[in-house]
Amino acid sequence: MNAGEINRVIIIGAGQAGGETAQRLRQGGFAGDITLIGEEPIAPYQRPPLSKKYLAGEIDRDRLMLRPPEVYAHENVALLTDTRAVWIDRANKRVRLEGGRELGYDALVLATGARPRTLKLAGADLAGSYVLRSIADIDAIRTDFKPGARLVVVGAGYIGLETAAVARQLGLDVTVIETAVRPLARVTSPDVAGFFLDEHTSKGVRFVLSAQPALIKGVEHVTGVRLADGVEIPADLVIAGIGVNPDTMLAQHCGLAVDNGVVTDRQCLTSDPAIFAIGDCAARPMVYYDDRVCRLESVHNAIEGAKIVAATILGQKPPVEEAPWFWSDQYDLKLQIAGLFQGYDQAVLRGSMEARAFAMFYYKAGRLIAVDAVNRPAEYLGAKLLIQTKRSVAPNVLEDESRPMKEIVAAAKT
Amino acid sequence: MPKITYIEANGKEHVIDAPVGQTVMEAAIKHGVPGIDADCGGACACATCHVYVDPAWAEKTGEASSMEQSMLDFANDVEETSRLSCQIKVTDDLDGLVVRLPRSQH
Repeated sequence: MNAGEINRVIIIGAGQAGGETAQRLRQGGFAGDITLIGEEPIAPYQRPPLSKKYLAGEIDRDRLMLRPPEVYAHENVALLTDTRAVWIDRANKRVRLEGGRELGYDALVLATGARPRTLKLAGADLAGSYVLRSIADIDAIRTDFKPGARLVVVGAGYIGLETAAVARQLGLDVTVIETAVRPLARVTSPDVAGFFLDEHTSKGVRFVLSAQPALIKGVEHVTGVRLADGVEIPADLVIAGIGVNPDTMLAQHCGLAVDNGVVTDRQCLTSDPAIFAIGDCAARPMVYYDDRVCRLESVHNAIEGAKIVAATILGQKPPVEEAPWFWSDQYDLKLQIAGLFQGYDQAVLRGSMEARAFAMFYYKAGRLIAVDAVNRPAEYLGAKLLIQTKRSVAPNVLEDESRPMKEIVAAAKT
Repeated sequence: MPKITYIEANGKEHVIDAPVGQTVMEAAIKHGVPGIDADCGGACACATCHVYVDPAWAEKTGEASSMEQSMLDFANDVEETSRLSCQIKVTDDLDGLVVRLPRSQH
C-alpha cells in the first residue's frame, strides 16, 4: 500500500475499532475522504459498559458514546448510520450498500465486529429471551430487568457473569446455566474460575453446571427453561451469553482469507493489499506470542488495530504493540487480565483468594505469558509491562509478597 | 457548569465546560483534548488518562484510591499530584480546576 496515493478510505463497521480508525486518521492529518458505515442507528459507542454500568442504569447513553456524535460532521467524516454494506467489488475497489448505492475506495477497513450467538432452541424467539451485544439489546432487557424477576443466564463467560452480578445487585433472582463443568472455562484457569464461582454463589447466584438447555418455555413471553435432563427452571427472562461469531460475511463473499476471523498480517492487511481488517472480526499474528494468529474480542485489540491501520495509511511508523489486555467488573471485584494464558503449563498465585485480592500468573516453558489479577492493579500492570518488554521473572519471585511488584518488574531481565 | 483547564505538554491550553457528575477524563475526551487516551473508557483498567493536578487544586481533588495509586505506580513521569483523570468526578467545587497533561500516556 502506497500511503501517498490513498484519497478515499471506507470503514465498514462503526464500533470502537471503526470509530477509532476514523478519529486517528483525522487527528494524524489525513485530508482525504473518510466514510464510516454502521448498521446500528447511532454513532460509535463503548460496548464494555453495556453488561456493567449501563445495564445497572448507572450511566446513560450519552456517556457510552466514544465521542459526541456531532464530532464526525465537524471532522468531515461521513458517518452513515443504519446502513449496511452488502458487497465488495475488489477488482474495481467499490463497496455496494443496501439499496444499491456504490462507493469507491483506495483503502477499505473491515471493522464489522461480531454477532452474538443465539440459542438454537424452540422458544428462543419468545419475548423475554435476549442476547446482549448492543445498546438496543440492553434497552430491551431493561424492560424485564426488575427487582424480584427471575433471570436465567445461559453461559457463564464474562458477559454472563457480569450480567449475573448486576442482576443480583438490582435484586433479581439469578440462575446461571453452563454446559461446561465450570464457569469461565474458555477464558481462565480452574482455580480462578472456582474463585468467581464461589463469589457469585455467596451473592445468591445459583449455578447449574454441565447442563444442556433444551427448550425455552412460554406462550408469548418466556416462563422458564427446560434442561435436557428434564429439569425446569422458572424464568421471567432469559439472557444468552454464549459468545459471538465474527462477522466475516462480506470478506468471505469477496474471497478474502477467513479462518475464525478475517486473516491479516501484523499490519492488519488481509489477503487483498487494499483491504485491512481490525477488531473482533479479524485474526492477526500476536507479536509477543510467536506470531500465533489470534482473534481477540477486546477494547485493546480494537484500538490497536485502529492505530496500526491509521499509521499505515498515513505512512507513519507502526505503534509499539501492547500486550493484550482485558478487564471485567463483577460486584466489587475488578479483574484485570494481561497477556494470553492459552497453553500455560504452570500457574502461580500471589496474594490470597480469601482476601479477595490476588494475581494468578501463567507460565509456559518457564516464561511469563499472562496474569489474571483480582483487585491487584500493580500485578496486572507489572505483568503487562514484563510481557511487552519480553522479560520474565521466576515463579518463586512472584510468589514472594515481601517484594513489591514494582521492584520485581524493575529488576527483571530479558 | 464548572470550567476545567487542560494544559498539554507543549503548553497549549483547553478550557472546557465539564458537566457535574462526569469525570475530568470524560470532559476531555468529549472535547477531543489531545494527550488523554483513556483507552478503557474510565474503568480504571488502563492508566492512559494520567494528569498532573495543579498543586493549588490537589486538596480539592482529593487523594488517589489505593487501586488508582497502584496503577499510577506504573505510569510514566509520575509526580506528586499525578492522578488518573477517570477517577476525578467533576463537582461545583472544582470550577476553575487546572490539570496538566504528560508527554505521553504509553
